[in-house]
Amino acid sequence: MGELLLELLCEEIPARMQLDAIGFLQGVIRQRLLSANIRATEPIESYVTPRRMVIIARGIPDRQPDRTEERRGPRVGAPQSAVAGFLRSTGLSSTAELEEWELPGGKFYVAVLVHRGRPAIEVLPDLIRGAIAGVPWPKSMRYPASSLRWVRPLTSVLCLFDGQVLPLPLDRVPVGRTTRGHRFLSPGEICVGKTADYLERLREARVVLDQNCRKETIRQGLEGAVAAEGFSLKPDAGLLEEVTGLVEFPIVLAGAIDADFMTLPPEVLTTAMRAHQKYFSCLQPDGTPAPRFLLVANNVTVDGGKTVIAGNERVLRARLADARFFWDQDRRVKLSSRIEALADRVFHAKLGSLHDKTCRMDDLADFLVPVINASEDLARRAIFLAKADLSTQMVAEFPELQGVMGRYYSLYDGEDPRVANAIAEHYKPLGPDDTCPSSPESIVVALSDKIDSLSGFFAIGQAPTGSRDPFALRRAALGVIRLILENGLRIRLRECLLLAAEPFQSFRKKADIAEQLFNFIADRLHIHLRSQGFEYDVLSAIFQRGSEDDLVRLVLRARVLQDFLASDDGASLLTAYRRASNIVAVEERRGSRKYDDEVDPALLHQQEERVLFDRLAEVSDRAGTLLGR
Amino acid sequence: MSFQSLIFDLQRFWAEQGCVILQPYDVEVGAGTFHPATASRALGPEPWRAAYVQPSRRPTDGRYGENPNRLQQHHQLQVILKPAPADSRDLYLASLAAIGIDAGLHDIRFVEDDWESPTLGAWGLGWEVWVDGMEVSQFAYFQQVGGIECDPVSTELTYGLERLAMYVQGVESMFDLDYNGASGSGRITYGQVFKRAEREFSAYNFEFADTSRLVAHFADAEIECRALVERGLALPAYDQCLKASHLFNLLDARGAVSVTERAAYILRVRALATACCETWLAGTGG
Repeated sequence: MGELLLELLCEEIPARMQLDAIGFLQGVIRQRLLSANIRATEPIESYVTPRRMVIIARGIPDRQPDRTEERRGPRVGAPQSAVAGFLRSTGLSSTAELEEWELPGGKFYVAVLVHRGRPAIEVLPDLIRGAIAGVPWPKSMRYPASSLRWVRPLTSVLCLFDGQVLPLPLDRVPVGRTTRGHRFLSPGEICVGKTADYLERLREARVVLDQNCRKETIRQGLEGAVAAEGFSLKPDAGLLEEVTGLVEFPIVLAGAIDADFMTLPPEVLTTAMRAHQKYFSCLQPDGTPAPRFLLVANNVTVDGGKTVIAGNERVLRARLADARFFWDQDRRVKLSSRIEALADRVFHAKLGSLHDKTCRMDDLADFLVPVINASEDLARRAIFLAKADLSTQMVAEFPELQGVMGRYYSLYDGEDPRVANAIAEHYKPLGPDDTCPSSPESIVVALSDKIDSLSGFFAIGQAPTGSRDPFALRRAALGVIRLILENGLRIRLRECLLLAAEPFQSFRKKADIAEQLFNFIADRLHIHLRSQGFEYDVLSAIFQRGSEDDLVRLVLRARVLQDFLASDDGASLLTAYRRASNIVAVEERRGSRKYDDEVDPALLHQQEERVLFDRLAEVSDRAGTLLGR
Repeated sequence: MSFQSLIFDLQRFWAEQGCVILQPYDVEVGAGTFHPATASRALGPEPWRAAYVQPSRRPTDGRYGENPNRLQQHHQLQVILKPAPADSRDLYLASLAAIGIDAGLHDIRFVEDDWESPTLGAWGLGWEVWVDGMEVSQFAYFQQVGGIECDPVSTELTYGLERLAMYVQGVESMFDLDYNGASGSGRITYGQVFKRAEREFSAYNFEFADTSRLVAHFADAEIECRALVERGLALPAYDQCLKASHLFNLLDARGAVSVTERAAYILRVRALATACCETWLAGTGG
């Protein structure tokens, strides 16, 4: 049994690519070992840092097992040339080395060939080289040392099998038993004997190899730093993941934000710190921003981080000075006078400007306002202003603040708070975990925006296909569904989609656009409800009533049906129904006729039959009334 | 360390690494990459090492000299090493040490930032380099220029000199940078040298550049470039390509380019750049 240790030392790998790449490398090495009939007794370990990808495979057999192959040759007594040809193809020299087997059709020569397993040390180099070459980087590059495209230049490769160097063919990239530790904290070369040695030496060389361990260290460092000052951390899982991929030896440091900047909107503070600087935000006990930021450095400096903190504070001052400049400049111009600029901003080459889009949204409000019971003036005002913040400097700098800035600027202009909220919320919900707007005006703006985008992109043939969904239309459809369901909106969706398709009739017939879009939304609803625990059969039954376009009623039906089927009554009904329908089926076959005509009450003899019939008539009347509502 | 000493020290460092120290190119460019010492020399097989300062014009970044962090013309120190040496990173870190940025005291980080110039038809992979959170350089491995594969690949380093100097001097505004290191009446600040230019060029770029004339100049440069390519004169043709590129940037700053036009303009400049690069390569063989 042996141990394989592979380390690819590389110039900094982009954080967002690290986990996928190491996962792939581990998977493909496992697979290739299996195909080579080399079964490791232990699971393969894998680690990744910004500078290295590491695979450790323990319990690898020293050689492949032997393999026996039985190859059938010509019939015994076949012409000499045929036998000689068979011998040549098997590498044997005389018929004495062949066996004679009695097989269907006669007696045949059979060569029993024993293939000796090759030593692992011979098999591994090509196997590993192939695995490395197959890593699918989102972007890769050429560099002088090797013909192998890689994400960034490979510096060197350490590859040992039981302490012995495996010579991987990687052109001029050095392959051996040396590596390097932390770039600044341990600059020397490290020579490695075996795996345990490697792990120990890297620890000494200030590299936290295990990404999970590194992430946990950072998390604890952040928590500790905020607790020390009586603040709490604003959680940010995405940022934590990212900074874990930016450091080999994490050091959490805290810096101060100048009091002058604390009057900026909290979202602006957080975004300016996060987007460009990758700083974490802190919160006061009351949830407002605290004047502190946390950064994760990759170096232990001789002055305990003083210079690093001072430098970062200065950078942040410049960033926030920029943000405050935008904040002040943007507020000089009323949001309402930015509307003209929207005519010059293209929404999509075929679908017109953002101004065109808000006009279409306004037309949809004719339909939506009454059914949602929103204030018409406020909803139309919010639609009018919804996209205006896209021409502000703040949103140009931080696109993720769209909507949010619209709220601040409209409040500053003295707009109604409900209008401001509707502007802020109209992009929501942004995903399955995001909250869904619930005030009537917000719903009108959010729905009209999404339905217009869906209708337009479907009209110009940009419906999502496979994994391609460049305009995030699946998310928009789910947004429509959640806005309707979570707010219990009774909307004739087909009618609404027909209206939304009207402006796009130059591309396709509006009925076709609406129908294709309706089916798309129905599909997304099906998937949404499945994820909510609805049974497949129940949904199939409900969706078969194709004309239903009131999503709220559709879901209520599904719920009633599913609950009922789960009850004792439901189970009895299913049994009875199945039995009755079987009997009818058998009778129809026997009599070669259909029993689908109206029931003739005159033919009912027994008391039970008459009671059942009367009761059914009564119930189906009521059911019809109820279902029609 | 004054602004000019920073330049001297970096130039001396790179001269010692075998770079020829060149002077800025005398046509308006948006970045040091556009200097033919990089854009043309990155192509072809011949080894090449050069370093130079390049004033770089970004008309849309102008703020009339009122924003402490933005300029319509800033200065880049550009280094090209071809082929890319295996110790590119070590050399770069040594250059920081040469201007007093000690790795034992700072947090130096390489953060993903792929470089692309759509008008030049060029791209490379690399990083922006952070010193204590401040971006001070771009570091890229050139993959293509003018749509042509770079073989061998070069290392391209770009130092943003104003940013770097602000960091080294610890000042909050570019205009307060100590330019010459003199004291008393001999002291010159960055603002004294460039503030008026910032104000006047911002006015020109945003308000007074005559757009119909810019459009006409663009068309002229395009025609001239094509004509020179026909005659196999790669470098004069490339000058015209640079002029077209700058005229497009001016039109952009004037807000005279719609989104669709924008893409078309970029394609037109890129077509010129490709033609110039092909002509350059054809010429070196003969």
